[in-house]
Formats: sequence, structure tokens, C-alpha cells
Amino acid sequence: MSDTILRTADGKPLKAALQRASAVARRRAFWLVLPLLAFVVITFVVPIGQMLSRSVTNDAFSANMPQLVAWFEANPEGTEPDEAAFAALAADLTNAAAERTIGSVATRINYDVSGTRSLFTSAGRKAKKLEAPFKESVVAMDPKWGEPIVWAAMRNASAKLTTSFYQAAMDRKLSAKGVFEKAPGDLQVYLKLFGRTLALSAVVTFLCLLLGYPVAHLLASLPMSKSSLLMILVLLPFWTSLLVRTTSWMVLLQEQGILNNTLVGLGIISDENRFALMYNQAGTIIAMTHILLPFMILPLYSVMKTIPVSYTRAARSLGATSWTTFRRIYVPQTVPGIGAGGILVFILAVGYYITPALVGGATGTLISNQIAFHMQDSLNWSLAAALAAMLLGAVLALYWVYDRLVGIDNMKLG
Amino acid sequence: MKLKTVLLATALTSAAYAAQAAELTVMSWGGAYEASQVEAYNKPFAASKGVTVNMVAADNPATPIAAQVEANNVTIDVADVELSDAVRLCDEGKLEVIDHAALPAGADGTPATEDFVAGALVSECAVANIVWSTVVAYDNTKVSGAASIADFFDTAKIPGKRGLRKGAKANLEMALMADGVPASEVYATLSTPEGVDRAFAKLDTIKADVVWWEAGAQPPQLLADGEVVMSTAYNGRIFNAAVAENKPFTILWDGQIMDFDLFVIPKGAPNKDLAVEYIAYATSAQALADQAKYISYGPSRKSSAPLVGLYQDGKTEMGPHMPTSPEALKNALTNDFEFWADRDVELSEKFNAWLLK
Amino acid sequence: MAGSNTSDAFVVFDRVQKSYDGETLVVKDLNLSMPKGEFLTMLGPSGSGKTTCLMMLAGFETATHGEILLDGRPINNIPPHKRGIGMVFQNYALFPHMTIAENLSFPLEVRGMDKSVREEKIKRALDMVQMGQFGNRRPAQLSGGQQQRVALARALVFEPELVLMDEPLGALDKQLREHMQFEITRLAHDLGITVVYVTHDQTEALTMSDRVAVFNDGVIQQLAPPAELYEAPKNSFVAQFIGENNTLEGVVTEISNDKCVVKLDDGELIDARPVNVTKVGERTRVSIRPERVEMNKARLQPGAHTLKATVCEFIYMGDIFRTRLSVAGNDDFIIKTRNAPDAVRLQPGTEIEIGWLPQDCRALDA
Repeated sequence: MSDTILRTADGKPLKAALQRASAVARRRAFWLVLPLLAFVVITFVVPIGQMLSRSVTNDAFSANMPQLVAWFEANPEGTEPDEAAFAALAADLTNAAAERTIGSVATRINYDVSGTRSLFTSAGRKAKKLEAPFKESVVAMDPKWGEPIVWAAMRNASAKLTTSFYQAAMDRKLSAKGVFEKAPGDLQVYLKLFGRTLALSAVVTFLCLLLGYPVAHLLASLPMSKSSLLMILVLLPFWTSLLVRTTSWMVLLQEQGILNNTLVGLGIISDENRFALMYNQAGTIIAMTHILLPFMILPLYSVMKTIPVSYTRAARSLGATSWTTFRRIYVPQTVPGIGAGGILVFILAVGYYITPALVGGATGTLISNQIAFHMQDSLNWSLAAALAAMLLGAVLALYWVYDRLVGIDNMKLG
Repeated sequence: MKLKTVLLATALTSAAYAAQAAELTVMSWGGAYEASQVEAYNKPFAASKGVTVNMVAADNPATPIAAQVEANNVTIDVADVELSDAVRLCDEGKLEVIDHAALPAGADGTPATEDFVAGALVSECAVANIVWSTVVAYDNTKVSGAASIADFFDTAKIPGKRGLRKGAKANLEMALMADGVPASEVYATLSTPEGVDRAFAKLDTIKADVVWWEAGAQPPQLLADGEVVMSTAYNGRIFNAAVAENKPFTILWDGQIMDFDLFVIPKGAPNKDLAVEYIAYATSAQALADQAKYISYGPSRKSSAPLVGLYQDGKTEMGPHMPTSPEALKNALTNDFEFWADRDVELSEKFNAWLLK
Repeated sequence: MAGSNTSDAFVVFDRVQKSYDGETLVVKDLNLSMPKGEFLTMLGPSGSGKTTCLMMLAGFETATHGEILLDGRPINNIPPHKRGIGMVFQNYALFPHMTIAENLSFPLEVRGMDKSVREEKIKRALDMVQMGQFGNRRPAQLSGGQQQRVALARALVFEPELVLMDEPLGALDKQLREHMQFEITRLAHDLGITVVYVTHDQTEALTMSDRVAVFNDGVIQQLAPPAELYEAPKNSFVAQFIGENNTLEGVVTEISNDKCVVKLDDGELIDARPVNVTKVGERTRVSIRPERVEMNKARLQPGAHTLKATVCEFIYMGDIFRTRLSVAGNDDFIIKTRNAPDAVRLQPGTEIEIGWLPQDCRALDA
């Protein structure tokens, strides 16, 4: 009786037997989810992983300037570039020009020090003709080669992993001393945009809640026949292209649009004082609120539908006014829906970019528009990745805060 | 065993299919511009060679081809890109080198290398096909007396909203020209911090009246809706709206900024030889002149100019609508790709920060 | 019984009608008057209108016509939260996001009571239902019976004079239900509150109530104390609905004041007490309780009519025997006999003779 392990009738440990018995079922279940798992890994985990890795690695310089990288490794930070350094530079430039990689090298350094692209590409063309002593001949080619900031940027770019792009994403610039410092005021963009993105998303989320709550309540309390009709109206925007919906708002709200024309026609406002509702923050907020509203209504509805009418009746019979009943009994029970809808709308809003690009003007664009700019126009994908990673981090942080405050279990998506 | 056979058969047939069906994939910008290329280049080329030419559109073809080369999975044979992108991608080794000397001679027998306008062959990886320009356009039913680029920045003289592209490029140059800097000194001025400040100061004077646009289709729409009375725009779009759609739009050529669109071949293109043939055909003097029949972008060869005829409506003379017409060239600036390749990052950030202010 | 007669009436329904769709009446001309301190049960099948009546009293439904009076005041236009009526719901309706103590505190808070007063009252109310140590739990952590007690305490904690209960024991198992029946009646009497209790369970109605209103088809079929309801149902619906009942159909052949003779459809004659029949030749449905059927001829009155019966099934139920007979063409005729030492266990197929006292057999409407 010293054996405290539970055993089956034929003496095998119970736990092992249980595991064996359920293993077959588990294996079968695994094969069923395998396609989805593979799909998620391929389309979600891998791209995000790539994005994160791209934000800290950019080997455009380190891979194409091997001799200079070796010199940087051999000599600690602060070492004045000596003849050996310039010789390595000349050799690498010649090589990179021959292999047509000089453009990548130039682009990489240009991210950190503006105006150095042509320094590299023109040096690449002339590098073959350089002769010893290299220090003199390289600087003679262009005095910029003697500037400490160029060397600081090259040292910075020679490392395998770099924080350059995160520094840039936080409005910090490389200084001649080789450290990142806060950028001057007229070059600060991203932090402000992050702030604006979060604030605007919060406003949109709040407006969605304000407008969606009564609608969801109506949906949940109407009889089936009427609520299905209303549900179709709520879902109608889903069946229309995002662009169509956005441009409809433009037609409606622009200064020469239907709304302003009507108001002017009715004499409510004068022709000179038309409301500016498009191409600014107001336009972004209105269009995004409309587009994201169903994402708030659906989770709210699914929660409200499960709240029996007897709770509000009980509260009323206990002496609570309808307002007290709403505030203290009904709303607390819809918190899972508010949380789910709020997080859903907020996360979607934070990542929105087509709508703000079309209707945002100068004041209504968001950080995603900058990410798109660096993906599509400036082709600085590492910076785009860093910005996107920071956005992802912000959303995860928010998720964590929500978990601490409300509890993730206390969220009902449908 | 069975599965292996099937896979093998599939691989074999698809290989055979690829070998037999000589196909060429060209990537361009969509819209009326792409349509003009299909008419002037793709259809005749496909007919004469007996191949299929597919046209695909992108917001900026430089982006997808850069991604494809980086991922070693190139499906595009020819792409139509802007000059700064062509230079940059070429420097980064993402494009095939094109032998300019092998391009066909001009209509008058001039060798290709001399027939192209200055700057059209500046990159060894690219051949220019059109000259397009950023211009100021206005609604002539609402604006009168607009004579120079300075008027665009003068809301006292011409009241009303202005449309501007949301970006640093072209806006800074126009601001300086409006501020009295001659076209020849614009980039020299812009290379100094004082020059940049001067350009932003000029932009400040109209900032409150600006509606920012991002896609080329927006300015004609903004003008048509009455949201703006004047706007910077791509000249082809305005021509299309004015001539094809009878909109009351006029182009102010003063202070226009010319740029090239060029054909490039991404490194590792699946049908490189055919791509070279396509580019040679498409940038021949006649083909370039034919394209001008569909859209008002100027041909990049000198010998094409006399061949340019009437617009496809059969009555509009294309000559005066070209950015390269004598009238249009009076005060014109050619985009300096080297400047922008160097300063794009910094000036874009400055511009964005300025917008946020 | 017209509603506006009794001066001590606490709750009065005066010619109340209710319709949801404007086409059919759910409650038809309801008149009811109950004194303070009464425990009244509304009993009836589902859809009979009993819950609608309760909801009108609570203020969640408005009467389409007629007046409801509470303590002499018409309350049709008083919103539910000002009526001061305690209510216990079928699913308890305990607020899931509040603890038990907070649930009880809620009605006191909305009445603006001080914290110390509230705590005192909460403690007293929880102790009353033996739930004193559960104040900090959430409803989901309690068993059904415990939730039921809390719901009761919550409905009572603000000391209402009238408490409504809507099938409060429906979700409990049999034993717990019987226990709670007892507790509720004890509390109601101890506190002297007036209770309107809705149920479709007749045992509950009979064991708990001072009076029972049997509802059917929007009309009160009979309003009477439980014993009267069981012993003297006024019509066949009540007879059928309350307790177990045997019915035989036939025609009245003789009638005097308190006795009549009914000729059953197969020609047999039986004695009955006329309730809803008045003249010879009228069709009737006679009702007899299974425990009042007599097999021992010696206990019948001389000259009483008897019937032949064949035993179909014998069911042993412990305390009683339940025997199914075929009587006058009815194969569902049940008799119940006490499991006494001398009780006979009848075998199927046995022929016996049965009879009854005329006052136990009631001739009702057909």
C-alpha cells in the first residue's frame, strides 16, 4: 500500500493509460487543425517575424563593405579613422561599385545622414582611380569624407543589429558624436503622429460606443422580425467597398458637398462660412466612426441579447429609477461587450490608413499613413517595420492594460 | 508512387507551357496612362512578335519590383518607373543593364544615344519613354488672370482653396520659383538650409487654404467638385479632363516641373531577352509618337516630336498640350533626381513635421 | 365577486382587461380583491393570464382597461420603482456583477439609506433566510436553493408590504422545493406581508396559500381556499386541474336539492351531487376523487348505486396503492387505497363493484 499512484485494473499507472487512450483522438484532432495552423504560420507569424527582424537588421552596409566593417571591429569607438581605414573604404567602394551594390550602401547611410547618397555613388564611380595615401586622396575627392558624422554613421551601420530605425521612429537623429539625440523640432514627426493616432482612435472608439450602444440595445430588445431588418441595415456597410463608403462621405461632407450646399440653400450658414468637414480631423473621425460602427454593435449585441429582461425588472421593482437601473445594472453587465467592441474598434482604428489618406488632409492622417509612405514611396522598409513594430507594441500594451483593468476573460466577441 | 507521377506530370506540362507560350508581363501605373501604353506599345508589339503582353497596374511599380528582386521571385519583365526610383534601384543592383547603343536609331537616322532628350538615358538600367510634368491647373470659370506660378501662392489676388500633393517633392521647388528664384537656381537654393526655410515660408503663406491630395486622380476631381480653384496636378490628367471630358480646366505652364517615366527590367526577369526587345520597340520614335495620340505626355525622343499628330478625337492638335512645347518650356524646371535621392528622407520628414505644426 | 366592495381590500383588480395585439384578450374582465396579509396564489396552465396579471400589478405591463388599486390608490400610472412592491423572479434575477450583500444593499441604496442602517438590514435579511455567511459571495458561486433564498431576502430587505413571486421554485429539485415552500409561507406569516404567488404547480398552490385563484383562458375559474378548491370544484376545469380526478359523462335523470341521478353513456346509473346542473335531461360530467371511491359495499348508503369495474393495472406506490380500472367505458378510472395491513392488492382482470357517497361525486358542466 506504499504505492500512492493510481493504477488501472491490470496494474498500469492510470495517468499513462489515460494519456494513451486520448492520444489517438488528439492526433486526429491535430490533423484537422493542421491546415489552419500552417495557414496562420505562413500568413501571419512568418511575415510579422520578418517585419520585426527587418526593423533591427539592415545589412545593406555591413554585407557590402567587408573591409571597413573589419576595421570598425578591430578599432573601438572613438578611434580617428587612420590610413588603414581609408584604404579599406577605398577598396570597399571600388568593390561595391563593381558589384552594383553601392546604391544599397549609399541608401543605408543616407537614412542616418541626409545628403550622403551622392557622396557614395559618386565616390563609387571614382574609387578605382584612388591611390595611396588614401586618407588624402579620398578626402580630396570630397571633403565630406573627413566629417566625423559620416564615419559615425558608417560605424553604426556596420553592426549586425541596429537600433537606428527605432531611434528614427522615435524622432532621434544620429549626431556627429555617434550617439542618437533628440531631433530638432522641425524634424519631429513620428511621436506626434503616434500620439495623434492613439488619441484619434480613442475618440473614434468612444463615438462608436456612444452611437452603437443604443442601436445594439434596440437590436437585442426588438422582436426577431424587426431586429433582423435592423441587423441588415447595420451590416449593410460591410457589403459595400471601403473606398465607396469613404468617397460617399467625401461627396456628402466636402465644402461644396451635399450637406454644406443644403445648409447654404436653407440659409442656415452663409456661403463663406461653409463647414470644413472633409480633409481634416473631423473628416477622418466621421468616416472612420461610420466604417467601424458595426464592429462595436455586433459584440455589444451578442452580449445584450443574453441579458434577461428580468434583471432590469428586478432593479425597477427594488425601487431603482430607469436611469439608475441602466447605470448600475444594465451597463455593468454589458462590460464584456463594451470591452470587446472597444478593443476591436480601437485596434482597427489604430491601423487604418486608406480612409485617413483620402479624407484626412494634413491634420487627419495617422501613423499608418507614414508606414505606407515608407513602404511605398521612400522604400525605407526597415523604418516602416520599426514604426509598425512600435504600433504593434502599443496595441499589445493596451491589451495588457485592459487585461489588468477588466480582465481578458471578461470580454465577449460573439 | 502515384502522387510522385502526378507531380512530375504537372511539373513537366507547366514547364512545357511556359516554354511555348512566350509571355511578357509589363507593370505600369493604371488609368489613362497605362491605356495609352497598351494601345501604342503592347498591341502592335504583341501582333508583330506573336507573343502575349500582359499589363498589370501598381500604385508605384518601383515598390513591387524591389520587393520581388529582394525575395528572388521576379514575375515582372518590364516596369515603368520614375527617374529617381530608376537611378536608385539601378545603384542597388536591382535592375538589369540595358545597352543604350542597341536601341533603334531615330526617325531621321540619328543614333539612339543622341536622339533621346537630355537626361532620358541618364541611368544605364533605364530608357525613358515619356516626359510628364507637375503643373498648376485651374478652373477657368472661377479663376481669371492667373499668369505665373506666383499667382498660385497669392490668395489675395486669386482667392480660393489650393490643391497640393501631400509631399515635399515639387512643392518646395514651386514655392521657390513663386518666390522669385529662377528655375536654373532652384536646386542650388534648396541645397542650403536657408533655401529650405525660404521654401517652407512660402508654403506657409497658403497652408491654411490647402487641400492635400495623394493620388493623381484627385486634383481633377477636386477642381470639378469646386473644392479647390487651383491645384498642382500631373499634366496628362488635366489634359484628359479638359479635352476628353470637356472640363473647364486650364494648365498654367509657368513653373512646371518635368520628370521622366522610364522602362526598366528587374534583375532576374523571367523573359529578359523579350523584355529588351519590348523596350527597344516601345521607345522607338514612332511608338513614342503614337502614345502621344492617347495622352499628353511628351515623347522622350527628339525625332518623335514631328510625328506627333492629332489626339484620338481627330481634331485636337497634341503639340501645344505637351510639356515639351516651346510655350511650356519658357519657365520650366527639370526634376533633379540626384538632389532628391540625397535629400528625400530629410525633406520628407521636414515636410511631415511642418504639416503637423 | 366585484372588486370594489371590500373596504379592507389591500390589492384590488377592478374589471381589468389586457390585450397585447388588440385582437385577443389575454386577461378578460378580471375582478379580484385581497385583504392585507393574505397569501394568494394564481394557479393555471401556461398562457392562462396569471403571469400577465402579476406583471400588471408589478407595473411592467399596463392594463388595457380597468383599474388596479393598491391600498386604495389606483396604481396604473405609477412607475414600477415607486410602487414599493417586492418581487421574486423565476430565475432569481440576482445581479451577477454584485456580491450577495451588494444585491441586498441595492434597494436600500436607491432609497438613500445610510451605510450603517443598510448593513443592519442586510444582516437581518440574510440571517432570516440562513444565508448570513454568504454576503461576500457572487450569485454564480451559490447553489440554486441558496440563490433562491437570497432572492427572497432581497425582495424582503426593504420591507415591502406586498411581495410578488413568479414561479420562484420552478428551477429547484423536489425536496428543496418542498422545503422552500414551507420556509416561504413561514416567513410570509411571520412578517405579516401580503403575497401574490404565481405557479403552475397545484401542490405548491394548495400547500402554501390562504386562497387560490385558478386561471384559465384569461378568466379566474374559481377563487377559494385550497380545501374548498379541492373538495368542491366549481366546474370541470377546476376539478380536472386540481388534484387527481375521475370523470364520467352522462345525462341527468333525476334531480333534487342536493342529490341527482346520472345515467352514464353506457346506461348505468350513479348518484351525484348537482353543482352546475339544474334540470333533468342536461348533459353532465361527473367528477370523483380517486381516494373517495369505495370498494367496500358496507360503507355505502343503503340503496346507493354501484358500478361494475374491471381491474386493468395495479401500481404499488409505497404509502398508497393506485389501481387503474375500466369503468363504464373509461379505462383511466383511478382509485387510491391506503397501504393498510388489511388492504387488498387487486390483480388485473379481477371484477369488482365500486360506489361512493353522493356528496363526493359532483355533477359539473359537460
